Amino acid sequence: MTAPLLALDGVSVDYGLVSAVSDVSLEVSEGEIFGLVGESGCGKTTLALAVMGLLPRSAQVRGRIGFQGDDLLTLTEAGRRRLRGDRISMVFQDPEAALDPAFAVGEQVAETIRAHRPVSGREARKRATQLLTEVGIPAAAERYGDPPHRLSGGMQQRVVIATALANEPALLVADEPTTALDVTIQAQILALIRELRDRHRTTVILIAHDLGVVAQLCDRAGVLYAGQLVEVAPVERIFDAPEHPYTKALLAALPTRATGRGALPVAGGGVPDLADPPPGCRFAPRCPVRMDACERVPAFTSRAAGHATACWHVEAERAA
Amino acid sequence: MSAAAPALLEARGVTREFRVGGGLLGRSQTLRAVDDVDLDVAAGEVLTVVGESGSGKTTLGRCLLGLMRPTAGSVRFDGDEVGTAGRARTSFRRRVQPIFQNPYSSLDPRWPVARTVREPLDAFGVGSRADRDRRVTELLDSVGLSQRHADSRPHELSGGQRQRVAIAAALALGPDLIVADEPVSALDVLVQAQILNLICDLQRELGVALVFITHDLAVVEHIADRVAVMYLGKIVEAGPADEVLSRPQHPYTRTLLEAIPQPDPRRRLAAGAVRGEIPSPLAPPAGCHFHPRCPLAIDVCREDSPAMTAFGENHIASCHVTAREHQSKGA
Repeated sequence: MTAPLLALDGVSVDYGLVSAVSDVSLEVSEGEIFGLVGESGCGKTTLALAVMGLLPRSAQVRGRIGFQGDDLLTLTEAGRRRLRGDRISMVFQDPEAALDPAFAVGEQVAETIRAHRPVSGREARKRATQLLTEVGIPAAAERYGDPPHRLSGGMQQRVVIATALANEPALLVADEPTTALDVTIQAQILALIRELRDRHRTTVILIAHDLGVVAQLCDRAGVLYAGQLVEVAPVERIFDAPEHPYTKALLAALPTRATGRGALPVAGGGVPDLADPPPGCRFAPRCPVRMDACERVPAFTSRAAGHATACWHVEAERAA
Repeated sequence: MSAAAPALLEARGVTREFRVGGGLLGRSQTLRAVDDVDLDVAAGEVLTVVGESGSGKTTLGRCLLGLMRPTAGSVRFDGDEVGTAGRARTSFRRRVQPIFQNPYSSLDPRWPVARTVREPLDAFGVGSRADRDRRVTELLDSVGLSQRHADSRPHELSGGQRQRVAIAAALALGPDLIVADEPVSALDVLVQAQILNLICDLQRELGVALVFITHDLAVVEHIADRVAVMYLGKIVEAGPADEVLSRPQHPYTRTLLEAIPQPDPRRRLAAGAVRGEIPSPLAPPAGCHFHPRCPLAIDVCREDSPAMTAFGENHIASCHVTAREHQSKGA
């Protein structure tokens, strides 16, 4: 296996007393689409912002984020800025908020190119128009001068994706890129992200709460619960042979998976208070197969290639 | 569309228009958010209204609740026209209750939970003071909230708990009909499943009729007896939920079903399976509104608006192409 493009090693993020991300380690290979799944407050956006170097000043980050030989966490702010929009870029959930409302959409793409490349205005415009065409904006040359509000939500998200791809980044972080869109438009944007990855071999980290989106798009996925990574596996294994009790609970609660009318199986209780999280496995208080050992943080163990789970119960079953 | 039992709520030709624009510059335009909708809800039945942005589902919901007057057509509840003054209005407000999408904005932030749940009881002077106190406790209990939540204010609660409060308040007066607009869309997966279960259980236990408005076709089979699919202001297909899901007749319903991201990596949607944008409701396409995106469209679809065809018992859809196929099969 080649060296991973991105390697998180023991990354923790605290906001004051709140432990938003706790000791997350994972590797993402070049050209793969890696999904980070979890519910609100699980730390998936915080992790994305840590990779982007966009965390608020108040956040304390520990660990290492290796990217193409650099530790991103040791770079200066100027160094991070040089990377952002160039080798690493991001697509946000709400395209309307990500675009400048008073600025032609084509110019927003061209500006990103000129911020990192010594090209003429004309050259940037030409390239921006090509990008808009590539992401599926019809009559891109005519739409170039349109302000964002003239475009539908789906078209706005295509512009955001064009901006993110402007400098052919090695890594694209997409934070819930289809959550604000209608389901028929979502299907198109997911297809677009896959197509762009296939064409440019861009590595993609997809952050999603919707397991359907992860199944449709990702090669591998990691499941986060209350700031802890609990399971990492190829996406087929996440859906066919989930191991962690939380992953199982998430899958069972999907209306699209359960069949027929009637109650959806649901884990009781709620997400723990991250200012005072449970000492070991943070899912333990809700877990149907909790044991005494769960007071300590479980290590990742692996049964099949590339499928690793952090759970005492799973480990005990394997030993048995 | 007709139900077997006599309708509790009956909408006929409901149309709602809005004037948009028309400031100092530009001419104002008419946006027809809801276009000639017929709908029946029988007592105790669950009807799901499904649609994407701009389908008019929320506007229709507001017309059904009497929060908005239709531009044309009528909504009758238990025989009385909704929105007329007098005794019928008082009775309507008691017997029909809303649940909204965002429990952060539908609850008064300054009121403790118990007061929110109690307010409808006070407003209608139900029973004695002690009766009402007892009823509040019962209601909180029925939605899975404990006494310690009674004094909490909304900001102290999670999204799921807030939606439980909204449900308790909606149930306070023992309504005959609840209109819930995207009641679980703002919630996380596990919480969404909890609240869906709660709504289903309470609906069955109390036998209250429910109009459940959602963009998510995936929830339909868990809750609905019947489903109505809306596209750009019109109902394009309606019928028994299992029938519509297993044998969808309108190409839009088929597209919607296909577009749901299946949590199964082996069933990936082919690129190009879903095409086109949702057109602006300000300028819906002529003929069948869906024709520019439709894989089956023929010439007539670009000119004539299709009428409803019956495809089975109570199963109707408005499509020129599938109607012809159906008729040639029947002939």
